[in-house]
Amino acid sequence: MRLTSKSKRVLGVVLVVALAFALAACNGGGTTGGGEANDAETIRVGLLGPYTGAVAHFGLAVREGALLYIEQRNAAGGINGMQIEYFWFDDEHDPIRALTGYNWLLDQEVTAIIGGVTSGPTMAVVPQAFEDNMPMITASATHAGVTYDAENGVVFTNMFRACFIDPFQGEKMAEFARNVLEAETAAVIFNTGVDYSIGLQEAFVARAAAIGLEVVTIEAYGVDAVDFTSQLTNIAALNPDVLFIPDYFSIIALMAPQAINAGVTATLLGADGWDGVMDAMTDPSSLEGAFYMSGFSVEDDTPKVQDFITRFMERYGHEPNMFSAQGYDAAMILFAAIEHVENTTDHVQGSDEYRTAVINAMAATNLTGVTGHITYDRFNNPIKTAVMVEIRDGLARFWGTF
Amino acid sequence: MLLFAQLVNGLQLGSIYALIALGYSMVYGIIKLLNFAHGDVIMVGGYISLMIIATGTHPMVAVVMAVVGCALLAVMIYRLAYVPQGPTAPRLSLLIAAIGVSMLLQNLAQLIFSANIHSFPANDIIPMVIYSVGGVNISLASIMTIVSAVSSMAGLTLLVHKTKTGQAMLAVSEDTGAAQLMGVNVRSIVTFTFAIGAGLAGIGSILYCVRFPIVSPMMGALPGLKAFVAAVLGGIGSIPGAMIGGFAIGLFEALVNSAGLSTWTDGIVFAILIVVLLVRPTGFMGPSMAEKV
Amino acid sequence: MKEFRIPMPARYGINLALIAMFLITGNGVMTSGMLSRAQGAIVIEVGIFIILAVSLNVVAGYLGQLPLGHAGFMAVGAYSAAIFWRSDVLSGVPSIIGGLLVAGLMAAIFGIIIGIPALRLKGDYLAIITLGFGEIIRVVIINLPQITGGTPGLLNIPRHTNFLLLYVCVIITCAVIHMMMKSRHGRAILSLRENEIAAESCGVKTTYYKVMAFSLSAFFAGVAGAFYAGTLGMLTPGPFNFMKSINILVMVVLGGMGSMMGSVIAASILTALPLLMQGLNDYRLIIYALMLIIVMIFKPSGLMGTYDFSLSRILEKAGNWMMTRGDKKGGVA
Repeated sequence: MRLTSKSKRVLGVVLVVALAFALAACNGGGTTGGGEANDAETIRVGLLGPYTGAVAHFGLAVREGALLYIEQRNAAGGINGMQIEYFWFDDEHDPIRALTGYNWLLDQEVTAIIGGVTSGPTMAVVPQAFEDNMPMITASATHAGVTYDAENGVVFTNMFRACFIDPFQGEKMAEFARNVLEAETAAVIFNTGVDYSIGLQEAFVARAAAIGLEVVTIEAYGVDAVDFTSQLTNIAALNPDVLFIPDYFSIIALMAPQAINAGVTATLLGADGWDGVMDAMTDPSSLEGAFYMSGFSVEDDTPKVQDFITRFMERYGHEPNMFSAQGYDAAMILFAAIEHVENTTDHVQGSDEYRTAVINAMAATNLTGVTGHITYDRFNNPIKTAVMVEIRDGLARFWGTF
Repeated sequence: MLLFAQLVNGLQLGSIYALIALGYSMVYGIIKLLNFAHGDVIMVGGYISLMIIATGTHPMVAVVMAVVGCALLAVMIYRLAYVPQGPTAPRLSLLIAAIGVSMLLQNLAQLIFSANIHSFPANDIIPMVIYSVGGVNISLASIMTIVSAVSSMAGLTLLVHKTKTGQAMLAVSEDTGAAQLMGVNVRSIVTFTFAIGAGLAGIGSILYCVRFPIVSPMMGALPGLKAFVAAVLGGIGSIPGAMIGGFAIGLFEALVNSAGLSTWTDGIVFAILIVVLLVRPTGFMGPSMAEKV
Repeated sequence: MKEFRIPMPARYGINLALIAMFLITGNGVMTSGMLSRAQGAIVIEVGIFIILAVSLNVVAGYLGQLPLGHAGFMAVGAYSAAIFWRSDVLSGVPSIIGGLLVAGLMAAIFGIIIGIPALRLKGDYLAIITLGFGEIIRVVIINLPQITGGTPGLLNIPRHTNFLLLYVCVIITCAVIHMMMKSRHGRAILSLRENEIAAESCGVKTTYYKVMAFSLSAFFAGVAGAFYAGTLGMLTPGPFNFMKSINILVMVVLGGMGSMMGSVIAASILTALPLLMQGLNDYRLIIYALMLIIVMIFKPSGLMGTYDFSLSRILEKAGNWMMTRGDKKGGVA
């Protein structure tokens, strides 16, 4: 087992060369992008989200969408002739990393931040950003607490989002089940380790009780669960009309076939976390007849959406998902506000008045993005119609808005 | 009836854990290394079979290639990351290197295959067929998983006890120095052990992907951790122990889930583990703790 | 020739003066705005991880066990402090100090609970007990939403962490552990690492010292957890996972097992690394992983080995060198 010093040296050289290559490769993916213009003539924005680790796919999808918008904008001459310069920081889905990342972005003198991506790290950043009066918009953090501190009754006025909040989706799905599907009994299975899942579950159950939809059972599973057979067997025994599964698509891809095996015949209902589920399943037959709510459907045939999809495909070589679409819209909302401030005021970028002006302009958003028409309520949550997706003949089809 | 279904479910999971646990245990038995990169070998196996099935070749080719690929990868890891540390390397530095390899594999996978979750064509490997036995639904996948796991383990047992190489493996794990003096080529035996352990994990990887048909860069972490626990529960270093440990963890999980305590599963499984270890400090089949002074 | 020795009181004096200087300059730098915001945030994070690494070193380096659940103790401390601070039992400085103590004590109690199985278990079996404990804690936190806020977490935790308080605690941690290890008790702990059977036959109470090492380690991990809570202002169970424990262990091993200086340096470097490597983007972790492997190949005993820094020793060496030089010069003249 002894390694000669020679082979150790050879190995060392090999590893160092590998490292050098890796380092060299990195130069291709620099942190900043955008124009060659000097600092004073650029608009600087930050992106914060998980770009490595278990939830990197969300962070990267949002980043792709947001960067597509920025690149388009820059190609079209930027904002009042100013190019957009961007910086990103990988929060690794860790709150303390997110806080460091937020501070790092501020050191880069960004005007505003698009982020975070997941609710936990975002909520770690928001109180600090609120103190700094820093305009922020998240494409995908759905937790109600991201923009509103319920304990103290404080609205984080600087924080906006381009996605639905958890309670909204839970309520909508209960209404959809009762009013459209005419269901009388419902079962719920949710993830106790994901706040998204908990939030939707609570809202669904509360709304169901109010509109006469009987919830026959609420089953639960833990954060790392991959096997749901026993819970699904319990649900099958109660034979509900609908089964609401508020979780992300990777879980749905595992659970749906298990549901069929366990004998569940209920109509499966989901929320925007399901977006992408069709790509994660080779055989989606177990989802046949299911409905889920989404912020975005690639089948939406409005020109704006189709144009976005074409450009996205050209740039990245794959179809956008909801996260990319919301990332795109988040960037659009933010830059519309910045453009408004640039046009109507002469505040200095980065000054407190400038930030306040951007925040006010965002609050007054009245725009149509690729995920629908967006205005904000007093909690900075978007008021927009939901897209309902139906899974029919093995495809996720645009059912309509609800 | 429900209990029986849960038992089958537990056995299916357990046989996957057992296959993976064997790799942990065999490597540990020989070089006392907790090979944390072992879980990520499962992930690599998943991607290999995914890619090969995508080319349209026969699924069995994918299975074989996944097993061979995992074995080669493990040998590479051993030669490049562990061997250079020399025979006197502290155990913890080997462990840290293993963690480094694990992170390297995960992040390379993300770089190459993107962070997206890929679906695994489970039905191509084992068709979705469900048998109804006395009112209980049992899938073909469950049966196939248990059968292939058990036969792999039987094969391993034969290999270890009936072949010269197997005897050499036992000898090295018993006393490396003495084995070397008796003319056993220790380095090649350890390499062989890594290859066998990873090959079994490759089989485990396919079976895991059939059971949970998604492939992602981080997918190996969880079965890896569970299998590690199974290996310790069985008595780390012991081959029959790893098998028993794997089945035990799978059954514990299924039973806890069916008792309606699913959100507590991991906590309860670990609590059981601790209790078992308190009663039997070296797991089910571990060597006795008597030490010479 | 007589060797130059600095007398004991003077040693204490030198060290205290140095610490005071460090704290005053550090605090000055932190408040003066010389550091960027991210650097300031990293300094705080570094402090927290120094406490974690140095405390883990007690069990990993000095006692020679393989602990895989340090994040569990950190979680206990973080949640205890957060709940204490939110409850407004005390106010002002007593509340802050009280929270830190509650955090440490709660974690220490868990440390004792974990230490007790050490009566029967050895080596990797003990390792898995600590791993199991770390996971159990997380599952319990998730499943007790009334107390811990469950998965969505605890919000609005008073943000009490500041440079001075944190680094005073960093120094207390290092000092306590250092003095402990130089004492009779520390020697006993070290003897367990070297040869448990021999130690036992010499009358070292193995159980007592194992439990002591575990609870001491846990106490400071709990304090670090409190600072973590006080930095973030919110807690979710997610970050206290197995990988966090592994990251702390990596710091200890990379720094050199049993070298406090090594733990401090490795904790600082590894914590600051994501910021330093920010330009490398998504390749960052690949390079980090490669570096771990390379360091372990070329320096298996960690960056510092078992070397520990001692200013007095350096001064003494310098003094000796000066004296020899002086003698030689004298000779020539």
